[in-house]
Amino acid sequence: MKNWFKSGDPWIWLTASSVSLSLIVVFSLIAVIMVRGLGYFWAATVIEARYEEPNAPPITILGEIYDNEKVLTKRLSKNLQPLANGQESITRSLIKTGNRDLYGLDFKWVLDPVLKDIRYPEKVLVVERREWGNFYGYLQTLKKDKQVIATGEEAWKQLPQYIEQTHQLFKQINRIEKGEMGAINYQLEKLRLKERKLQLQNDTDPQKRATIEEQRQTYHQQSEEYKKHLTDLYQQINRESIVVKEMGGKEVEIPLAKVVSVYRPNSLSFMEKVAFYFAKVWEFMTDDPREANTEGGIFPAIYGTVIMVLMMSLIVTPFGVITAVYLHEYAKQGFLTRTIRIAVNNLAGVPAIVYGVFGLGFFVYFLGGNIDRLFFPEAAPAPMFGTPGLLWASLTLALLTVPVVIVATEEGLSRIPSAIREGSLALGATKAETLWRTILPMASPAMMTGLILAIARAAGEVAPLMLVGVVKLAPSLPLDMNAPFLHLERKFMHLGFHINDLGFQSPNVEAARPLVYATAFLLVLVIIILNLTAIWIRNRLREKYKSLETV
Amino acid sequence: MTTAHISSHAFDMSSLGRIQDNFNLDEEKICLEVKRLNLFYATKQALFNVDMKIPERRVTAFIGPSGCGKSTLLRCFNRMNDLVDSVRIEGQILLKDQDIHRKELKVADLRRTIGMVFQKPNPFPKSIYENVAYGLRIQGINNRKVLDEVVESSLKGAALWDEVKDRLNDNALGLSGGQQQRLVIARAIAIEPEVVLLDEPASALDPISTLKIEELINELKTKYTIVIVTHNMQQAARVSDYTAFMYMGKLIEFDRTDKLFTNPKEKQTEDYITGRYG
Repeated sequence: MKNWFKSGDPWIWLTASSVSLSLIVVFSLIAVIMVRGLGYFWAATVIEARYEEPNAPPITILGEIYDNEKVLTKRLSKNLQPLANGQESITRSLIKTGNRDLYGLDFKWVLDPVLKDIRYPEKVLVVERREWGNFYGYLQTLKKDKQVIATGEEAWKQLPQYIEQTHQLFKQINRIEKGEMGAINYQLEKLRLKERKLQLQNDTDPQKRATIEEQRQTYHQQSEEYKKHLTDLYQQINRESIVVKEMGGKEVEIPLAKVVSVYRPNSLSFMEKVAFYFAKVWEFMTDDPREANTEGGIFPAIYGTVIMVLMMSLIVTPFGVITAVYLHEYAKQGFLTRTIRIAVNNLAGVPAIVYGVFGLGFFVYFLGGNIDRLFFPEAAPAPMFGTPGLLWASLTLALLTVPVVIVATEEGLSRIPSAIREGSLALGATKAETLWRTILPMASPAMMTGLILAIARAAGEVAPLMLVGVVKLAPSLPLDMNAPFLHLERKFMHLGFHINDLGFQSPNVEAARPLVYATAFLLVLVIIILNLTAIWIRNRLREKYKSLETV
Repeated sequence: MTTAHISSHAFDMSSLGRIQDNFNLDEEKICLEVKRLNLFYATKQALFNVDMKIPERRVTAFIGPSGCGKSTLLRCFNRMNDLVDSVRIEGQILLKDQDIHRKELKVADLRRTIGMVFQKPNPFPKSIYENVAYGLRIQGINNRKVLDEVVESSLKGAALWDEVKDRLNDNALGLSGGQQQRLVIARAIAIEPEVVLLDEPASALDPISTLKIEELINELKTKYTIVIVTHNMQQAARVSDYTAFMYMGKLIEFDRTDKLFTNPKEKQTEDYITGRYG
């Protein structure tokens, strides 16, 4: 035994097991998120059953089994306790019954022992709606202009073509409303600001007024045309509807304009389900959110996260590198530089929310407020930069991550052998030339390491962002087709905040839960992709300057 | 340098045979002149009252035991000691009768005139071509034709051209140690300095590479004034025209190499070169 200790084997076992433990933890974390989140997009089977609670009229249940759990008999109400048959606990299931517009709730807990006659009807129809969530029922008729054009199976056969038609119309409407009309409104707002500016400057040049008025007229005209076109489209899109019988036997008419998709989950083959699955995942990643973020996609959040991290990288890299270069190359090493280094290291330990508060106070109110006062007086009382936005969020995160970049860069600078510096100086290069031509390129892999750590920290940060620019639902993307394309003053959505919003602020907790996991998985994925890109760049740089290992 | 190593052989004077007998320090043109040079690292004095004249287009060797100040003296000539914070220098060094510490002379310009090659080869992690062109690019010369010519002539001057002409764009770190050292010499002569300082240029190399470097030094002295620090006395005897023996920061003896090795004036010099030192 003593020899075994001396041989060093236990030490190897200890270190190896701690590595495996960390790996297991990381992978199981990702696995849990994946399973919980990605399962959501699978087309679940719909059951139909008779539910007979004692002392209550029997009802029909139609919906997806969402979850189940064991509940202690003691906890049940008195009249339900006999159902347990003396067992200590009883299983109950959570059924997603949808039809929120009729029953107020999407979900219902049912006790398994009294759930009887469970069937999987082939013809049950799931209607995914733009409002009010899913609808479960049986297709009765297809209507056009209030006239029945098909019933029963015939209606189901004709349905896809009509749905495709309304989708095209919907896309058109969407494009006009968000694209063309959005651009016109943006231009009109710009004109308004221009006019207001002239007013404030007491510029009464009728020529300028006239041009503005003229432009405004053209935009209004265009806008009118689009509006006419839109009314037309709306009329077209509202022509068809379907009538569906819900589990209580009531017939409900749903206009096709409100339908995202219809499917019969119980009659889908496995391959069809797979195709359906990927279509759903794609929709999740590319669509805008609906229904207080509990349905639809999260595209704006992905977009916002990536743009914000890129902006942050653009700010933090030069800032951190320049600071590190001064500290390491130029500053006289002594008490002051030591203090600065300690301060920088401590800065890395300050809680993120403190940065948020600082960002709000300094960047948003002080800097932004003053920018507004000086450059955009015409926008008052509405703030341009004096309100949380993309620029301030990026700056706040840059501030949060700058210590990492400084420390990593300094490390890289000190690893460059002095022989290289001397070689360059001996050839008549000045210190600045030596830095630019040799030292900085050679230290670039270290800078990338700093940036990788910075990205890892910044992309996952939520708390400070809530104060300086992230919102639950942003009306427009921070980067779009309207000049100047990048809108630094706009608020944006962020995956991290989206998770927080779904998980804690959602009105429909059960519906939001799988989305929390799915969004978390996407956030991890985005961070991994950003990091892998940075690592790939670093490895290329390392390849180029690999002398560090040999000299 | 251990005494055991030196005393193990009798000094071979035949290697001095090539030195022409017809030159004399008093008749040489002087390139570098050191006047009453004192150097301090903080409070510790490293050089004491050094006076010496280094002749033009000759090879001058500095020998002496480790820590005697020969490298420190060498690094005074191109002011590399400026990089060390605590160094203080008294006295004068004249390059062609001009003080190298004068205010209007930029240290970068001085280093263009006085090139230096270090003990360990230190090529930059760039291509062979870019290593040689480095000094020129610093001076703002980016004309491809000019650079091509200079790179070729410098590599030829450093006897490396034939070995690398087909792979000028390869990373310089792929060369062998000896080749790297010659590349560094090519890099130094590419900017056409007047003086080339060599700080133990062959100490990290194998015997064959050492031989090549020594041959190269012999060739270079037709164009450049060369100052070489070495701890290898045979090397000093083989390559240099003049030799300075230093001990404990003092210049003990400076004379023609053949004289210094065959007929030293000072007892300390004799002790050192015969290996009775210590």
